Amino acid sequence: MWKTPAPASPAGRPPGGGPLLAVENLHVEFVTRRGVVRAVNGVDCALNAGETLAVLGESGSGKTVTAQAIMGILDTPPARVTRGTIRLRGTDLLGLREEDRSRIRGSRIAMIFQDALSALNPVFTVGAQIGEMFRVHRGLSRRDAERRAVELMDRVRIPDARRRVHDYPHRFSGGMRQRVMIAMAIALDPEVLIADEPTTALDVTVQAQIMELLSELRRESGMGLILITHDLGVVADAADRVAVMYGGRIVENAPVHDIYRAPAHPYTKGLLESIPRAGGKGRALRAVEGSSPDPMAMPSGCVFHPRCSYRQDDCAAGEPPLHPIGPFRGSACHYWREVLHGSHG
Amino acid sequence: MAATGEPILRVRDLVKHFPLRHGPLRAQVGLIKAVDGVSFDLGRGETLGVVGESGCGKSTLARLLLGLERPTSGSVTVGGGEITRARGGELKRLRRNIQMIMQDPYASLNPRMTVGDIVGEPYEIHRDAVPKGDRRRRVRELLEIVGLNPDHADRYPHQFSGGQRRRVGIARGLALQPEIIVCDEPVSSLDVSIRAQIVNLLGRLQDELGLSYVFIAHDLSVVRHISDRVGVMYLGKLVELGGDGEIYGHPAHPYTQALLSAVPVPDPEGRERRRRIILQGDPPSPITPPSGCRFRTRCWKARDVCAEREPPLRALSGTGHAGACHFAEPREAPPPA
Repeated sequence: MWKTPAPASPAGRPPGGGPLLAVENLHVEFVTRRGVVRAVNGVDCALNAGETLAVLGESGSGKTVTAQAIMGILDTPPARVTRGTIRLRGTDLLGLREEDRSRIRGSRIAMIFQDALSALNPVFTVGAQIGEMFRVHRGLSRRDAERRAVELMDRVRIPDARRRVHDYPHRFSGGMRQRVMIAMAIALDPEVLIADEPTTALDVTVQAQIMELLSELRRESGMGLILITHDLGVVADAADRVAVMYGGRIVENAPVHDIYRAPAHPYTKGLLESIPRAGGKGRALRAVEGSSPDPMAMPSGCVFHPRCSYRQDDCAAGEPPLHPIGPFRGSACHYWREVLHGSHG
Repeated sequence: MAATGEPILRVRDLVKHFPLRHGPLRAQVGLIKAVDGVSFDLGRGETLGVVGESGCGKSTLARLLLGLERPTSGSVTVGGGEITRARGGELKRLRRNIQMIMQDPYASLNPRMTVGDIVGEPYEIHRDAVPKGDRRRRVRELLEIVGLNPDHADRYPHQFSGGQRRRVGIARGLALQPEIIVCDEPVSSLDVSIRAQIVNLLGRLQDELGLSYVFIAHDLSVVRHISDRVGVMYLGKLVELGGDGEIYGHPAHPYTQALLSAVPVPDPEGRERRRRIILQGDPPSPITPPSGCRFRTRCWKARDVCAEREPPLRALSGTGHAGACHFAEPREAPPPA
């Protein structure tokens, strides 16, 4: 298995022996009428304090299900974790009683979502919703909770917080709603913040504001940030390390500079080549042919082999493990050397 | 492909105001100035990209170009005929020449119709376009052109992937052999690897069929890749218009500069040194746009004159690069995306 590097960022709490969060061999299934969907198939990853780990993947890759499993908000049934461990500073969350799990949720691990409007309750003021974190987890009075809500809204730079604390979610723009959700998420000073496509629904100028805010909060608090996204630009901007998911597996992980400089999995390479770049105008983009695998009928062997230009006969037979290929790097491709050194494809 | 000769599409001073109604009697309490004075030409075989953030009026612009919406004032001329004034048979004839590819294939493909019927549906409206006996053959051809298996004409939309449904929408857009295609966010919400396939398809179709595109999108890197010229919209107005090299290499309007600098670059090299213009706040409401220059409330260059006088879109060079800013000056772009 791939080993965890030292914290990439000097900020934050000392690592204290192990990683802040360690996911090992995680499997999640969905039982549906049509059969069992194996959404996550043996995911290993680790997060250090103060670090940003990007989980990069396209729709159906299992990145959101992985996040929901870590947060403990999978819809069970139909979903269930069938194997694996998720350790927060050594404690396996999957072994905890629901009561203990829910105490951790929100206070030690928090999450923000793509769609802030549907994550906020339309019939309560934002102040009441932010304040609820303090009332439920910390037992504060209504008045104290509201005072803390105003402080948090200031911290996430919502202008005129003292007045706006009494407004309802629909009175806020998309970017401001996302700030409200960030305020709720950081209210109890979590150690891990999971941001699931936090800027996908936002315009690019607002996206830049939100990403700036997240990285500032991470620097100040030393929390670990798991950034789930499909956007190669956002990853390049914000991540310390990257885990690339495809078909429910991590197919490559690496420090951010390494993966953009020289990808070691054909899928990562294909993604990077398919982005339009300034120099390539008028030429066809190098698309990854085919489409994502059907979760009900995953290909045998390597899940990517039907779309892969490096494919050999043995790729359909054996599922490649995540080969350790360098310092803190892994690639789940039998032919990672060829990919890495660009000898073909 | 570069533009040649007479423009195939001519847009002049186009304005669309929607009434804003409120209360039980639906009294008009204001105007939403969705498009507020837009002019441009589109050359034959040319691609004009239109970029801007949500609420800037780019989708309303698309509907006006197709004659799906009547403008408050101004004109859209398609191949010599004015689509904004045309009625009845004349409108139908003009519309045949300008077709749209929609953003959301889930919403724009009828789930109860086969893909073959969807692609051939325009022939039900334009009955003289293709003789009835030839329609089936023509639909098969269209599916083939967009890279779908013609034998799948009897399947339903849900049996196709997201990328394939986009192709179905493109085939339908091509059915009447238009010269102009308006693409409204044609690749948004597609996965990166699929997006490249569709961008390539649109490029190939342009080469093969000599199409002209108005390519409306918020993804600036895709627009750059596909466009000959680019227009930047802010609150219902074009604030800058120019060749792709001018817009991306030497943006002159502060909004364009901020927009480009906000796009994350897909390369971590040197990210610490990248300078980024972070705009404060959100765009103002199109109901009560700021006086003078609409961007002045978020602009770091704003002076008194910006609140008093609205800057017209004026030429910045002899090449057609134009900007609507009192203090427009071409600036070196941030590192290319």
